[in-house]
Amino acid sequence: MSDQEQTPAAPPESEGNGGMSSFFKDLTGAGSTFNWRANVLVPALAILSALIVGGIIIALGDLDTLKLWGSDPAQAFSDTFSRLGDAYLALFKGAFWGLGPISETLTRAAPLILAGLAVAVGFQAGLFNIGANGQMLIGGMFALVVGFQWDLPIFIHIPIAIVAALVGGAIWGGIPGYLRAKTGAHEVITTIMLNFVALRLVDYLLTVKFFQLEGRSDPVSKSVLDSARYPKLIDFINARYRVHLGIIIALLAAWFIWWLLYRSTIGFEFRAVGANPDGARYAGMNVVWLIVGVMAVAGAMAGLAGGDQVLGTLGRATPGFVGVIGFDAIALALLGRSHPFGVVAAGLLFGGLAAGGQNMQGSTDVGVDIVTVIQALIIVFIAAPALIKAIYRVKADTESAQLTSGWAT
Amino acid sequence: MAKRDCPALGWPNIARHHVEGPVELELRGITKRFPGVLANDNVNLTIRTGEILCLLGENGAGKSTLMNIVYGLYSATEGEILIDGEVRAFAGPGDAIAAGIGMVHQHFMLVPVFSVAENVVLGVEPTQGPGGILNMSEARQDVRDISSQYNLEVDPDAIIEELPVGIQQRVEIIKVLFRDAEILVFDEPTAVLTPQEVEEFFGIVRNLKAAGKGIVFITHKLKEVLEISDRIAVLRRGAVVGEADPKTASEQSLAELMVGRPVELTVSKGTAAPGDTVLAVRDLDVLNVHDQLAVDQVSFDVRKGEIVGIAGVQGNGQTELVEALTGLRETVGGTVTISDTDLTNASPRTIHNASVAHVPEDRQRSGLVLRFTLTENFVLDSYYDEPFSQGIKMDWDRSRQEAERLIEEFDVRTPSSEIMASNLSGGNQQKVIVAREFSRDVSLVIASQPTRGVDVGSIEFIHERIVAERDQGAAVLIVSSELDEVMALSDRILVMFDGKVVAEKRPQDTTNAELGLYMAGAKSD
Repeated sequence: MSDQEQTPAAPPESEGNGGMSSFFKDLTGAGSTFNWRANVLVPALAILSALIVGGIIIALGDLDTLKLWGSDPAQAFSDTFSRLGDAYLALFKGAFWGLGPISETLTRAAPLILAGLAVAVGFQAGLFNIGANGQMLIGGMFALVVGFQWDLPIFIHIPIAIVAALVGGAIWGGIPGYLRAKTGAHEVITTIMLNFVALRLVDYLLTVKFFQLEGRSDPVSKSVLDSARYPKLIDFINARYRVHLGIIIALLAAWFIWWLLYRSTIGFEFRAVGANPDGARYAGMNVVWLIVGVMAVAGAMAGLAGGDQVLGTLGRATPGFVGVIGFDAIALALLGRSHPFGVVAAGLLFGGLAAGGQNMQGSTDVGVDIVTVIQALIIVFIAAPALIKAIYRVKADTESAQLTSGWAT
Repeated sequence: MAKRDCPALGWPNIARHHVEGPVELELRGITKRFPGVLANDNVNLTIRTGEILCLLGENGAGKSTLMNIVYGLYSATEGEILIDGEVRAFAGPGDAIAAGIGMVHQHFMLVPVFSVAENVVLGVEPTQGPGGILNMSEARQDVRDISSQYNLEVDPDAIIEELPVGIQQRVEIIKVLFRDAEILVFDEPTAVLTPQEVEEFFGIVRNLKAAGKGIVFITHKLKEVLEISDRIAVLRRGAVVGEADPKTASEQSLAELMVGRPVELTVSKGTAAPGDTVLAVRDLDVLNVHDQLAVDQVSFDVRKGEIVGIAGVQGNGQTELVEALTGLRETVGGTVTISDTDLTNASPRTIHNASVAHVPEDRQRSGLVLRFTLTENFVLDSYYDEPFSQGIKMDWDRSRQEAERLIEEFDVRTPSSEIMASNLSGGNQQKVIVAREFSRDVSLVIASQPTRGVDVGSIEFIHERIVAERDQGAAVLIVSSELDEVMALSDRILVMFDGKVVAEKRPQDTTNAELGLYMAGAKSD
């Protein structure tokens, strides 16, 4: 309205479009056009900052060296830095140095990318999908049943198992979508709760005879038949290299989501609903069914991530077989600014941190938990871009003037 | 005013620096540069207490930037601010308030769930005892004192979100007075007010002036400037291009000064040649969000080649009527027929596909997706069809070509079709919507508040396009709370009051005053 929009440093809330709060839109990067500062520079600096703070924590964790600061600071200084250097070198080597580490990184990145897409698709449409974990579990169980129950040739069995994973996840994501669209039940609440339902449902099912591995009393599922297992990609080089078809599926899925979001009418609708639901309704879009659709697509991606675990990495289901991948996915989507390619980059980073963390724990005295600390710190810095901009003196976006002025110019 | 204790937490007690006697605020050579833009260019201005200075200018002329410098929100690139001849540096609004400057923003800075008194004292709460306990009864009394002193009637215990906009504005004014402001800056204060509220507001401003306050009134509305100001300063492209005396200036002369070229203020159009009925509304009943009857048994026709204007004070059912006609709100009775097809409760898309163009009331809320590029906004309601998509595949190259064509044809001022809509000025945003809606072959145009918050030059352009649509054979329905706009554009005028159409007039057979009586419900046919 009139002069307010021209006010160069107008507070962000003056944007006044419906739906998510402006902060949330800024945080997730949803709806906005590409901006290298927000989408590349700030995440990169956030990672750097997290590694620095993580380094301080590692240094503080070494009591012997800390004591040394009083008597021999020079020695303490060099000890601290050699310790830090060893830890981060082990982290890096464990993630990217050679085929083995790369295989491990890719193996861990695949489900992270897929679950990250599930969260990112939700963000793009203004929905906070916290239910990736539950959707992964259900998608994984669907894939499991197809995987052990039917005996089919590999080129039919794998695709059907993948479709089952997609369907399972889509149902588990579609339910909160439907509840949101029809009754207004907030998806944050319903997806969190459905995570618990899925988790305990899986626990229960794994004790049911149909699912349970014969001759076992503990909850372990039957194994997926070889014809439904994702083939390993480079095990002919070394049998321990376990990277499998899942990473290729994840990359294809990311490409597909990119195409859907930015090149299709459906994605245009998804993004319009996310950026301004009132505007979407005015433009004739069916907001109710779009919300169901978004959540189903998001759930399908998470289902695929569950399928990746069952059909690829594990070959069967165990209680909570997806760990906390569905929650790491939220961090990953934020780091990737809700862009599919950003999610891929973030997924590779987190996969690398996970793989490298194991190596760090094995070859130095720094525990793998520090990786979780670093991941969390990355998100803290991402959520506070003002902090990053202040620390690194990135030119602020706020005091930039409007691009056009009134009609008289 | 009652003495207030310093807040316990050591916040600056900005209200304590009471400035005695007349204050003179002088701006000397104020220049403000943003990257790539010169927002203020060597501005010299003096504001005294006891007078009303109008700062007139187009959108983007630099009025708000200038006043934000005065209020300490921005620092000037060059130049200085003097108070009573003494150079002052404002590091933030706190310093400006301490120097006796107050600002009422266009978008109110109130906590909706707090009471009037709580909002007024927020940040400078009166306290009692060593623990700094909030003294609400004193706060209430302070509000009452200011209310009676300046004739600003308001209940200190009312909750903000339950108050009409006009009263909320009073609370903002009381807030500023509570902080002992001698010079009050109003940023586009009338943009959100109904005509009646504007009159009341002018009364308040005159009271403040009589009480010795200095008023700076930022606006782009020419009529208001002439009515209220003692002095007028016109800003164009960041510089003061002239001062004018309201006694000798005319709307025309001010508009020329503001825009920099002669402007057509009246709408030039030939006589209408109405044809067949395009829109037929019969006995329409529509509920508002609170499930109350907002549109009550409304019937009217709009024919091909005529402009029908709906006048009325905001909130008398116009919003609900337009939403019902465009498929955004369910009706509970009656029928809507467009081009002989019954489209009662049809979906927005069905109505869109019946060659209906809709310029919505609130462009930022529903007309645009501010975080989308202009190209995306240009295809917002036609993306699903050829030529912008095949199947579910978007054709962005084709969309971009269309966007560039429309930017050219509708004179949208933008460096490119790929910037976000939020970066455009209000007038240019409105042109994007008008371009999108009018670029199709339309048989019915429904335009709600088509020029609200739009600068003079863009108003002229949008009015020309609306008349052009009529002359090309479209039926046009205009809803506007600006009576002058309805009078200028319409071939027939309907007045809505309390959900009903209370009058139908031809502009040449009526006057603003008569329509005003209908609008206020004082007269009914």
